[in-house]
Amino acid sequence: MLIAVLAKWVPSPEGTPVLGPDHLLVREGAEGALDPSDEIGVEAALQIVERDGGEVVAVSMGPDDALPGLQRALAMGAHRGVLVTDPSLRGADTLVTARALAAALRRIGPELVIAGVESTDGYTGTLPVTLAELLGLESVTAVRRMDVESGALRIERQTDTGYDVVRCPLPAIVALTAGATEPRYPSLKGIMAAKSKPLERLTAADLGLSADELASGQRVLEVRDAPEKPGGKIVQADETTPARIADLLADAGTI
Amino acid sequence: MAVWVYAPVGPAGVDPTAAELLTLARRLDPEPVAVALGPGARAAADELGEQGATRVLVGDDPMFAESPGRPAAHVLANLIEQRTPSLVLFPGTYDGRDVAGRVQARLGLTLMSNATDVPALDRARTEIFGGTKIVDVELTGPLPHLVLVRPRAIEAEPTGGSAEIEEITVDVPDELRRVTVVEHHEEAASGPRLEEASVVVSGGRGLGGPDAFSLLEDLAAALGGAAVGASRAAVDAGWVPYSHQIGQTGKTVKPNVYLAIGISGALQHVVGMKGSRRIVAINKDPEAPMLRMADLGVVGDLFELVPALTEEIRRRRDS
Repeated sequence: MLIAVLAKWVPSPEGTPVLGPDHLLVREGAEGALDPSDEIGVEAALQIVERDGGEVVAVSMGPDDALPGLQRALAMGAHRGVLVTDPSLRGADTLVTARALAAALRRIGPELVIAGVESTDGYTGTLPVTLAELLGLESVTAVRRMDVESGALRIERQTDTGYDVVRCPLPAIVALTAGATEPRYPSLKGIMAAKSKPLERLTAADLGLSADELASGQRVLEVRDAPEKPGGKIVQADETTPARIADLLADAGTI
Repeated sequence: MAVWVYAPVGPAGVDPTAAELLTLARRLDPEPVAVALGPGARAAADELGEQGATRVLVGDDPMFAESPGRPAAHVLANLIEQRTPSLVLFPGTYDGRDVAGRVQARLGLTLMSNATDVPALDRARTEIFGGTKIVDVELTGPLPHLVLVRPRAIEAEPTGGSAEIEEITVDVPDELRRVTVVEHHEEAASGPRLEEASVVVSGGRGLGGPDAFSLLEDLAAALGGAAVGASRAAVDAGWVPYSHQIGQTGKTVKPNVYLAIGISGALQHVVGMKGSRRIVAINKDPEAPMLRMADLGVVGDLFELVPALTEEIRRRRDS
């Protein structure tokens, strides 16, 4: 099976994100990582291909600084990478992002596309279904388990009160929750092999995207600080701590 | 300048987010329209009227539950094309995202996620970086604008009114119904509902495994009526069911006191609990962001502190 995995380079989840004067996240030169939720997608794709055969293509959109994300996916075992990169895509809203990725995915023609439920930086959580609609694919989100069974997917989909078992024919896009599987660490051999794997760069012109299709429908007007929460106290635990917490609970009228 | 609300309904009735969305919608349009698709929609329509909808478009068809997302998006997109609202509000839940994302693609509209407010028909507000920054966004392009509103960001104010109910024709091609739900499974949560508890005792990765959650349950029991929550890390690891999850992809809680135990304070989690009146954090890592958010942040070993706190509370209750 040919599987495409969406692989987003995000500012390091441990670091402090910075906004530029245009109110957009500074992605250039910022410390980053392959989105942890996309590592899960890469892992899930590799498991299918290792069992049934096929190929895994990692697809990303971002500036050249996003390349390490694709390299990470390749080091884990993905076979090739595609970076959609164009200055006109900076500040793209979810529709423009979906159009660009959909155009790249049309060229790849995967039977299955795997994404995370939401990215760790923007967490809009809608890109997979928007892509599915643009590409005319089935979609299932909030996937906590997925098995390929006779040409279709048997999926456990997270619900408010438990989970549903969902049958989804292929081709399809799925959005995996973080619990779906445990991503592997790239081996040294994998890291070395990644350097010679094919990595394609596609611009907006390569993808035939018109200026209209690239027009974002959202513009940040203002970013301001939220009102500060009155400062709390940080203390080292000692024998008085339980009584202190109990006092706070009593003050709140909860004991 | 009609404002619509995509109101999630089920056999159990109207989802609480509907009342929040209708409250927000009424600030922009005195006569908001609710769209309710799914089994139970007809029965829920009166309740949507009480919550502030002046008109409810009802599609009471089991198909919407059997085949999640795609049929609802198809019907809603057709309604939007026929009746041209200016703004459609959706709940920021998995199901709300699924429908909104497909409608966005079908009609080429802009879609704003995680909104905490919609100050005008072409404006949405959100919070980023763990709620430390407020961002105002202008929405442009073809109408309607689509906005996913974060659950519990808006205080629901029902009007007690009544709505005109209109049954819509549901005509969905078979090829849009190929994804099917074949089984439902409930994972029952014990104890009081998280959203209603005055104290929430919540655990994260620092608990190290499912067993330590019994310490949290003991503490909740000692407090009487406290609910046990969890971060996504603990749920993803399979230590507790998803119904306990607090955060962006779980529940939003605003208890009187929130006890964050072994929770580092990832943004995902913070957005689900930062409205708590008082926050107590226990973490062995002095750098954990949750400690700085807390009214009382304790650097220490939860495996010692939690049983000691349970003991202290029992002692006070008994005396």
